[in-house]
Amino acid sequence: MSVYEELSNYRDLNFDKFFDQITDADIQRIIGKQRLTVLDYLALLSPRAEKHLEAMAQQAHRLTVQHFGHTMLLYTPLYLANYCVNQCVYCGFHAHNDIERKKLSQEQVIAEAEAIAATGLKHILILTGESRYHSSVAYIKECVQTLKNYFTSISIEVYPLNTDEYKELVEAGVDGVTMYQEVYDEEIYAELHPAGPKRDYRYRLDAPERACQAGMRTVNIGALLGLSDWRSEAFFTGVHADYLQNKYLDVEVSISPPRMRPHVGGFPPKVIVTDKNIVQYVLAFRLFMPRSGITLSTRESAKMRDNMVRLGITKMSAGSCTAVGGHAEKASVGQFEISDERDVADIAAMLYSQNYQPVYKDWQIW
Amino acid sequence: METTLSQDLLKIGDKVLTSRLFLGTGKFSNNKLIPEVIKASGSQVVTVALRRVDPEHKEENIVEYIPKDCTLMPNTSGARTADEAVRIARLARAAGCGDWIKIEVISDNRHLLPDNIETIKATEILAAEGFVVLPYMSPDLMVAKRLAEAGAAAVMPLGAPIGTNRGLRTKELVRILIEEIPLPIIVDAGIGRPSEAAEAMEMGAAAVLVNTAVATAANPVVMAEAFGLAVAAGRKAFLAGPGAIQDYAVASSPLTGFLRE
Repeated sequence: MSVYEELSNYRDLNFDKFFDQITDADIQRIIGKQRLTVLDYLALLSPRAEKHLEAMAQQAHRLTVQHFGHTMLLYTPLYLANYCVNQCVYCGFHAHNDIERKKLSQEQVIAEAEAIAATGLKHILILTGESRYHSSVAYIKECVQTLKNYFTSISIEVYPLNTDEYKELVEAGVDGVTMYQEVYDEEIYAELHPAGPKRDYRYRLDAPERACQAGMRTVNIGALLGLSDWRSEAFFTGVHADYLQNKYLDVEVSISPPRMRPHVGGFPPKVIVTDKNIVQYVLAFRLFMPRSGITLSTRESAKMRDNMVRLGITKMSAGSCTAVGGHAEKASVGQFEISDERDVADIAAMLYSQNYQPVYKDWQIW
Repeated sequence: METTLSQDLLKIGDKVLTSRLFLGTGKFSNNKLIPEVIKASGSQVVTVALRRVDPEHKEENIVEYIPKDCTLMPNTSGARTADEAVRIARLARAAGCGDWIKIEVISDNRHLLPDNIETIKATEILAAEGFVVLPYMSPDLMVAKRLAEAGAAAVMPLGAPIGTNRGLRTKELVRILIEEIPLPIIVDAGIGRPSEAAEAMEMGAAAVLVNTAVATAANPVVMAEAFGLAVAAGRKAFLAGPGAIQDYAVASSPLTGFLRE
């Protein structure tokens, strides 16, 4: 069975009807359960569960401390290139957007690496726009070889690859993949991706599974919140994560709940996702998958991030810049505006003030 | 009896230990807590995940917080296969972390249960390379025998899944290992309360390893001290030879005692 078939089991589910039938007693019972079903998770995403956020938060905090301790893994994104052949209407890298296009030389990659390494971080996420021509697998591998001199864990957030290509990158030293489906609703997906290879919904949807098959240690997925109804998108993200974890027990499956941010394209969110919605999503997911990582990026405000530390988050970006070459030199236009502009030392100080330990290094294999 | 207690030393590899509480370092809110916790517990063996050791970042390097008179036991946390565990062990030795290595091979991200088969493979390779190998395992007699044959210096069965604080759920299986395996049996994972650590020691476990129960306690330093006392008490009780357990009450002043006068 593929994840597409797994998700199909729930495509005809009448979410409103399901939510109408949920009672307060159901929510209370689910919060106390040892292991939640997929439909328990959906119940925790219901409007009814909003009344129970505090109880969910207490349980989410307890589970997170039990499994991860009072720690928070820190990482930062490193943008290698912003050339893109897609026309995603919500993205600053849209092929037709009039922005300066760049691709880092190895000397520039070294400059970025040195600037990031000086902060103490050992985990990085390298990103490119979706252009196989400008950011080929060979180019990514070359960058990984350079970056291995500075970091102990390198993840990628690039266009979807074939299994063999993921394997090549695993052999080169990449240990994690982030692949956002952007939107799980297939019709809305088609609307928002009018042209470019990214129109292929299934190829993108299967990419995290190909990464698992290729031997990636960590696979991070998510929906970009603001493009469709958040409750169903959060649900399908959870079903996808659960599918991967059940099938690939040795992979650390994690999710991110990114919200749309202002960007050069100016496309407004189709749906407003509030702070409360994000909190409910994160809490419900933590109760559903207690061992999974949850990443909160600098798309969120400092205040929001400070408060989410105790609500199930296990990984935070810090000192972020979404522009190519932005760590070492004056930034060009980024993929989107970040919200929390604090540097790594500020984030570490914030974590310590909350009795949490920032973890700069959490993996090493070479 | 006094002689027995004063000579009660735990020998593993070339080390002789007086404390039988091993500590983990993975979940503390601040590495600066670690020296105080170790001191309060009296522990002489401390495990660190090599994946978190960063010699280049002095302030955040966990090894910097472990007193020099403690035995460092790097672990292979994060390894999913024997090959990865072996690679991590060699990295640990190259990084100056010594020859002790706790093998952790986990390829089940839902329950974090160890992969016994890969653990045996890693133990064979590393013991042959001269490491003092302490494998973490699911309690299974045949696997423990294989680990002993492979050259393990001790065997570390889990009491309950990692981080659960559920206690000594595998008691009967651990008891069999204690009876049958001619190596120290160190109960690792799952111990959540000092009383559970004491129970393991009363059974005859050679030592107990604790991390989550201390690191996530409201007061880790006081909890560490409590564990140190409990492990020592449990060990003393074991050495003292607890009285037999009877199905029925046995009067301390028997009614038929006069027949023996």
